Amino acid sequence: MSQIEFKNVRHAYPPAKGQAPVYALKEVSQIWNDGGAYALLGPSGCGKTTLLNIISGLLTPSEGSILFDGSEVTRLPTAERHIAQVFQFPVVYDTMTVYDNLAFPLRNRGVAEARVTQRVTEIAEMLDLSDRLQQRAAGLTADGKQKISLGRGLVREDVNAILFDEPLTVIDPHLKWQLRSKLKELHQRIGMTMIYVTHDQVEALTFADKVVVMYDGGVVQVGTPVELFNRPKHTFVGYFIGSPGMNVLPCTLDQGQPVFANNRLDSGYAVASDLAGKLEIGIRPEFVSFSDDGIPVAIEKVEDLGRYQVVTVRHEAEQIKMVVGEDQAIPAQSPKISFAADNLLLYQDDWAVETEHA
Amino acid sequence: MRKTTNQKAWWLVTPVLLLVAFNAFIPLMTVVNYAFQETFGNNQFFWEGTTWFEKVLRSERFHDALGRQMLFTSMILVIEVPLGIAVALSMPRKGPWVSVCLVLMALPLLIPWNVVGAMWNIFALPDIGLLGYSLNSMGFDYNFTRQPVSAWMTTVVMDVWHWTSLVVLLCYAGLCSIPDAYYQAAHIDGASPWAVFRYIQLPKMKRVLTIAILLRFMDSFMIYTEPFVLTGGGPGNTTTFLSIDLVKIALGQFDLGPAAAMSLIYFLVVLLICWVFYTVMMRNEEQ
Repeated sequence: MSQIEFKNVRHAYPPAKGQAPVYALKEVSQIWNDGGAYALLGPSGCGKTTLLNIISGLLTPSEGSILFDGSEVTRLPTAERHIAQVFQFPVVYDTMTVYDNLAFPLRNRGVAEARVTQRVTEIAEMLDLSDRLQQRAAGLTADGKQKISLGRGLVREDVNAILFDEPLTVIDPHLKWQLRSKLKELHQRIGMTMIYVTHDQVEALTFADKVVVMYDGGVVQVGTPVELFNRPKHTFVGYFIGSPGMNVLPCTLDQGQPVFANNRLDSGYAVASDLAGKLEIGIRPEFVSFSDDGIPVAIEKVEDLGRYQVVTVRHEAEQIKMVVGEDQAIPAQSPKISFAADNLLLYQDDWAVETEHA
Repeated sequence: MRKTTNQKAWWLVTPVLLLVAFNAFIPLMTVVNYAFQETFGNNQFFWEGTTWFEKVLRSERFHDALGRQMLFTSMILVIEVPLGIAVALSMPRKGPWVSVCLVLMALPLLIPWNVVGAMWNIFALPDIGLLGYSLNSMGFDYNFTRQPVSAWMTTVVMDVWHWTSLVVLLCYAGLCSIPDAYYQAAHIDGASPWAVFRYIQLPKMKRVLTIAILLRFMDSFMIYTEPFVLTGGGPGNTTTFLSIDLVKIALGQFDLGPAAAMSLIYFLVVLLICWVFYTVMMRNEEQ
């Protein structure tokens, strides 16, 4: 178990001849606490797998260094980093029994057989694999195999961190939830640093204490699920997290107050009026509501999702999504909407402007 | 509701039936015909029952040929399978050398059997062949036309040269199908190269290896052209394998009855060994 620190880590894959390197991972400087559950969240190609491979040592970053508990490991091979990893597709040694699979990392390290038995029994107990220890691993279902992959990491006592690379991809939906709770439970029980890569916000938000949102090769925000929801630092975070994502609308400023569609919006704060660049307001669909006076809109679509309705409205060229309670009526005649002041965010060139309530 | 019966679909099966009939069944039946009868030409046949089978099965000549065949097949399997695996393991998985290696590996497979035999014949000639001359000038007494050991060595090496590529290519295909994650996981688990081979590569190659062994078994068990061109079955009878012996009996001596009986026994032996081998391999698979 250890704290993981990134110092100005950047990575570019070897460029084609005569071309400038393209950074798959832009500068990352982070400190991740010992025993934390972190999720790396982002769309495909955002650099999260690159970052994971840098942690596990499968990839050496082109610049910067990575430290485990203060000691440099940038150039150490995987085996010496004491890392465990669970891959997207379950990796089990087909010809071995479940027991032998779990014992494999220990036996490779020359651990005494009595200790092996003790550890394997203990971990199998934790993973609910005890009754299947003597079965051939090849015969297990995908979730069972994924548990074995995880178990091979857990049996070792020298593990600094366990990495998960989209581990639930091939698991049946109804088992995903089970396995995810199991992971959460294990994390609370053994307190090991866990890093979980996914493009699924539900997985990330339920698993992690801290979610690291990545976009276009960079870390855009690190925060708790609540922070990411309430105060997205980047429009991408707002858009990516939440369902439906945050509304991002162009605005202007008037005396430090955002103006959208000729409406001065009550935001409860004032910013410098001379902000340059592309200005936008961000408002989550949950904080948009119908009101007696406000911005006139036309209703485009109403989706009833059972517990709530998602209403798509339009004001001129701008589409706005709003979440409306099941019991709330949708006005038929000239609907108007307003935004909740406390949750109105301001973005300059896609980055959040620091405001007082932020 | 009235059920309509339409038998026209049977016509769709006829091409296959005809193909199988002319390709396998009718030729096989003519052999069966000869195996149970005696003929002196003029399309006159006399029933002989199992006489030819008894004769073949009791003949020392058949036992010897079968023994030589078994020895030859075992030798080339023992050499080609591990060698093929070793070469496949050392081939690059990525980069420009992949295609170079694949083409080099495929080359021997493209050469016709009799050409291979002729090539090795000339190559191994003790007086003018590169191999034969070199061996002799290095002080080895090597002459494949006169010494049984030299003849055997040359035949085995020739087969290894010709067919190891097949094992290599099949194993290579098996190896390429292993996702990187397996190697990464093994690395993380601290597995030694031997353990990686034993627990990842070998199990993943098992299916293709089964096919490779079966193919190599069948091909080598029926080998004819290459040793025929190289040694002609000699010196003496020392490299007379089953098919060479069969041709000698059928065409050389024109003993059609015994030759037909021997063909059937030969066929059954191949079938039996393949079946046993396949069953054993597949039973392990199911466990």
